[in-house]
Amino acid sequence: MKKILNNKNTRTNLITYLVVIVAFVIMQTLYSLDMLSNSMKGYLVPICAYVSLAVSLNLLVGVCGELSLGHAGFMGIGAFSGVVIAALLKDVIASDVLRLLCAMVFGGLLAGALGFLIGIPVLRLRGDYLAIVTLAFGEIVKNLVGNLYVGIDSDGFHMAISTSRMELLEGGTYLIAGPKGATGVEKLASFPMGFVLVLLTLFVVLNLINSKEGRAIKAVRDNRIAAESVGINVTAFRMKAFVVSAFLAGMAGALFGMNYSSFTASKFNFNTSINILVFVVLGGMGNILGSVISATALYVLPEAMRGLEDFRMLLYAVVLILVMLFTWSPKVKEKTEVVSEWVKGLFYKLTGKKEVGVNE
Amino acid sequence: MNEYSRKILKVPTYTLLREQDISKQPVLDVRNLGIDFGGLTAVDSFNITIGPTEISGLIGPNGAGKTTIFNLLTGVYQPTRGSVLINGIDIKGMPIHKVNRLGIARTFQNIRLFTDMTVLDNVKVGMHNSIHCSFADSMLRLPAYFKSEKMSNEKAMELLSFMGLADEADVKAGSLPYGIQRRLEIVRALATNPSIILLDEPAAGMNPSETAELMNQIRRIRDTFHIAIFLIEHDMNLVMNVCEAIAVVNYGRIIAKGTPEEIRQDPAVIEAYLGREEGKA
Repeated sequence: MKKILNNKNTRTNLITYLVVIVAFVIMQTLYSLDMLSNSMKGYLVPICAYVSLAVSLNLLVGVCGELSLGHAGFMGIGAFSGVVIAALLKDVIASDVLRLLCAMVFGGLLAGALGFLIGIPVLRLRGDYLAIVTLAFGEIVKNLVGNLYVGIDSDGFHMAISTSRMELLEGGTYLIAGPKGATGVEKLASFPMGFVLVLLTLFVVLNLINSKEGRAIKAVRDNRIAAESVGINVTAFRMKAFVVSAFLAGMAGALFGMNYSSFTASKFNFNTSINILVFVVLGGMGNILGSVISATALYVLPEAMRGLEDFRMLLYAVVLILVMLFTWSPKVKEKTEVVSEWVKGLFYKLTGKKEVGVNE
Repeated sequence: MNEYSRKILKVPTYTLLREQDISKQPVLDVRNLGIDFGGLTAVDSFNITIGPTEISGLIGPNGAGKTTIFNLLTGVYQPTRGSVLINGIDIKGMPIHKVNRLGIARTFQNIRLFTDMTVLDNVKVGMHNSIHCSFADSMLRLPAYFKSEKMSNEKAMELLSFMGLADEADVKAGSLPYGIQRRLEIVRALATNPSIILLDEPAAGMNPSETAELMNQIRRIRDTFHIAIFLIEHDMNLVMNVCEAIAVVNYGRIIAKGTPEEIRQDPAVIEAYLGREEGKA
């Protein structure tokens, strides 16, 4: 056990899991004691979804070093396909939890498969081109879903992409009604399921990073030519990161969608992609715990400031700029190092261990 | 199965029988290699054969095409003419990572390390293809994962200590001093378990004592791992002392081949390096 804890990576991972679990336990306790405000209760599931989205995007941007601007597209695919699956399985699977799980897995698989498809041409490109294509991908998804009609009537399942309304027989229901988006969605999402999703995301991403595959992905990021020269198939590993990231985003999207009774395709626009990217950048590239914290804080912040109305986004921007300035300032870095050394010293004092260090 | 340690433990320095090597298949067999960039012929009719445990050098004035040749040998460029055979297999049309798997590894003139990763991880990336652990193993943290990680850690540490870098294992590669970065590149190349290693100016930027140490290390690599070494170098002291055979290129063509002694006295080489004497032109 001691040996495991001495490994820096393992320690950081354990801390990440611990933070998430403790946060969940606290929130769940407060929730069951009914000590949360109604608006706070409403934030819980989206926070989980955004944490997963930020962590999965971090895999792509921070670890793999590829800038993707279409993460909301994958999220949207997951959300809409998840809603359809959940509605179709309504009579087959009685358990809400199981149905949500099916919806999430299907949403993830579809997003992952689409990620693979667009990855084939895109991952041959280098640098900014990936950002441009993923940006376009996000917009295409948004516009396609905006004209997508999915419904059930006595004839069965109908699906069409058209600019005019798809007509259903008497008594039919629309699952996705074009520009109106998904309507009549069952609110299957719950905070515990969100927590499970976050844990799953962390499990997948952290295990991937600390494996042979993860090392290869990081190597491709640091130096593509050198990675090739030691026998790493660069395209394959970029693809792996891309598909895993899309899969997780799809799952998070399904959870996110199932938290609202209705939502439109415009929810998954460029702004959402950028927001997720902001979570990643502010939390630190490649820093998974950072993504978790910044996604939570930055999601709650503008919501909590709703009372300020017009000044809300202005303040949000000011906060972003301040955080950037502070985290990059060398003086602040020095101070945080002093604090972390102090905390470490305290930790070793409390546990009665000698510091594992240079002078031993 | 620990191949490196087996090699390190037995160090059969005096059992190198060069006559035996000659009868063996060459690790690198280059026939009539050439490449044109647009209208410019960068390399032309380049022929070389390197035996299994030979240390050979490639020298020539700046811009002679030496690094281009290395890039052709490792699959970075596709040749316009001719062929490259590594352990008897033609690399034509292969992507770089597949060429590496045939048994050729290299270092770079302008160091290309994975700067944000630790020294140990750099070496483990080099071992990528010899770590047997599937995607599912590592995602689910199955026993195979821990086993392969333990083994690769041990192997990597062995290789690092072989080049005297064991103390640096947990340091980020980008923060190492220049000379050590060069050595780490060699370790990373060795980690791919090659049968020939190409060193592109390994002594560049090193002081004389570091260069002397490097010369010893190059010989030790050959003697310990029984692999061929092909190096580009401007430091004549190193080339003349370490290499058993030298090829001199100028304007993309070989102008002389031979032992260090022969090369030193070759008029074409002297001319390429020093220019012609006046009146003889």
